Amino acid sequence: MISANLSAIFYLVSGILFILALRGLSSPETSRQGNLFGILGMIIAITVTFLTVGNFSTSTIYVFIFLLIGGAIGAFIAFKIPMTAMPELVAGFHSLVGLAAVFVAISAFKNPEAFNLGVPGDIKLASLIEMSIGAAVGAITFSGSIIAFLKLRGIMSGSPITFTGQHIVNLLIGISIFVLIYFLCSSQSESFFWSMIAISFLIGVLLIIPIGGADMPVVISMLNSYSGWAAAGIGFTLENTALIITGALVGSSGAILSYIMCKGMNRSFFSVILGGFGGDSSVSKDKKKDQKPVKSGNAEDAAFLLKNASSVIIVPGYGMAVAQAQHALREMVDTLKKNDIKVSYAVHPVAGRMPGHMNVLLAEANVPYDEVFELDDINNDFANTDVAFVIGANDVTNPVAKTDPQSPIFGMPVLDVEKCKSVLFVKRSLSPGYAGVDNELFYRENTMMLFADAKKMTEDIVKNI
Amino acid sequence: MEIDPFIFRFSIFILAIFVGYYVVWSVTPSLHTPLMSVTNAISSVIIVGAIIAALAGSSENIFEISSIFGFLAIVLAAVNIFGGFLVTQRMLQMYKKKKKNK
Repeated sequence: MISANLSAIFYLVSGILFILALRGLSSPETSRQGNLFGILGMIIAITVTFLTVGNFSTSTIYVFIFLLIGGAIGAFIAFKIPMTAMPELVAGFHSLVGLAAVFVAISAFKNPEAFNLGVPGDIKLASLIEMSIGAAVGAITFSGSIIAFLKLRGIMSGSPITFTGQHIVNLLIGISIFVLIYFLCSSQSESFFWSMIAISFLIGVLLIIPIGGADMPVVISMLNSYSGWAAAGIGFTLENTALIITGALVGSSGAILSYIMCKGMNRSFFSVILGGFGGDSSVSKDKKKDQKPVKSGNAEDAAFLLKNASSVIIVPGYGMAVAQAQHALREMVDTLKKNDIKVSYAVHPVAGRMPGHMNVLLAEANVPYDEVFELDDINNDFANTDVAFVIGANDVTNPVAKTDPQSPIFGMPVLDVEKCKSVLFVKRSLSPGYAGVDNELFYRENTMMLFADAKKMTEDIVKNI
Repeated sequence: MEIDPFIFRFSIFILAIFVGYYVVWSVTPSLHTPLMSVTNAISSVIIVGAIIAALAGSSENIFEISSIFGFLAIVLAAVNIFGGFLVTQRMLQMYKKKKKNK
C-alpha cells in the first residue's frame, strides 16, 4: 500500500514516459528506444495501481489471469498479423480502447465507492459528467471503429452509404446525447445512463457509414483522436494524471494526423466527415467516352524502358498493398540498381489506407528508409528523371488537380509524375480512381499503361530485365 | 479561496494537449503508422481504471456487476497493450534494419 500522493507522482512519471515514447518517433533511430519508454511507463502505471489499491485478495489472482488472457491474445495478433493488414488492425485496436472506456465508466457508475466518487444514486455531479462524456466518446469510438474495420477488411463495401436527411438525423441524435446526459445528472437515474450509451453506439455507426474507402486515412486518425478523448474523460473521473496526460497526447496526435491527411487531399475536415465522396459521381462519366488513344505495353517493353533509364522514381499506392507487390517491387529495384540505375520512392501523404501505410510496407520489403521520400522533398526531381513507375496509385498522380478548376480534386497536391521523360503506369484497367475522376495521365504521349496485376507485372518485368 | 482540484487536472490536460501538439508535429511522416499503433497502446493505460474496478469486489463476491465490467475491460485493454506495443516494435524493427544494410 502506497500513499495517494506517492502514486500520483508515479502516474506523472508514466505520463512523461509516454511523451518520450512519442518523441522517439521523430526519427527511426530513436523510435525503438521510445517504444521501450512507453512499455516502461505502462508497467509503472499498472504496478502503482496494484500497490495503491493494496488489497491482495483472490480478486488479484483473477486480475492477473484476465491480464494474461488479454495479453496472450494481443501478443498472438501482433506476431501473426501481416503488414498489409495494419489499417484494419489499428481500427480494431481503437474499438477495444473505446469499449474498455465504456466498461470502466459502467463500473464507476455501478460502484462509485471504489473510485471515491460518492454512492450509487448520489454520484458527484462533476464525476457524473466526466464519466458520461468518457462513456459516450468511448462508445462512438467503438462502433465507429468496428465499421471502419469492416470496411477496411472488405467485409463491408467501401462505398459510402447515404440516405436523405442523414445529417439531420445525426445532428438530432448528437443533441439527444447531451439531453440524456443532462437528465442523467439531474435524476441520477440508471435508465438515462444506459440509453445514453446505446445512442452513442448508434451514432458511431451512422457517422462512419457515409465515408468512403479512400477517406479511411482521415477516419482512422479521427477515431484515434476520439479514443484519446475517451481516455481523458475517464482520466478526469478517476482523477488519474497518467490517464489525463495520455488522453490529451493521443487526442491531439489523432487530430494532427487527421489534419495532415485532409491537407493531403485538399479537402476540409468537415467535407470528409459528412461523407458521400467518391460514390457514383456520374458527372464526369459521360463526357470522357470519346475514346482517347492509350498506349499500352507489356512487361518486355517496360523492362526495356527501365533498363535504358539512368534514374527511376517509384510511386506506390493502395494497389500495391492490395496486390502485396512490395517484395516483388523491391526485387525489381535491386535488379535495376545492379545496372547502376538510380532509384528512389515517392510517397504521397494519402497513399494507402492509413497514415504512413506505404512506408511500413516498403520497410517490410527491406527498402532502406532513406530512399523513400515525401511529396515535397521529391516533387522537383521528376523533371530530371527518366522513368516514373506508378504502381497502384492513381488520383495522387493526376495532373488535372493542377489544371482543371472544375475537377473535384482540383488543388490537391499531386506528384508531378508527368514531368518524367516516360511514365509506366501499372493498373488493372482504365477505370477512374477513388475520386471518380479520369486520370489525364493515361492518355499522355509519354505514358505507357501496363494492364495487369501489380505483383505479377512486377515479377514479369524482373524476368525481362 | 481554495482552487478546485479539478482546475489543476484541467491545467495538466490542456498543457498535455500542447505537449502532444508539438511532439506529434515532430514525428517523421514515414513513422505515422507506428505512431498510431503506439498511441493505441498507451491509451490503454485506461486499464488502471479497470484494475481498480475489478479489485473492488468483496472477497465473498468477486464477480459483482461492476467488477465483471472491470475484468472485461482488463482483457480488452491488455489485448491492446501487448498487441499495440509488440506490433509497434515489430514495425520499428523493420525500419531499423535498413541502415545496417547500407
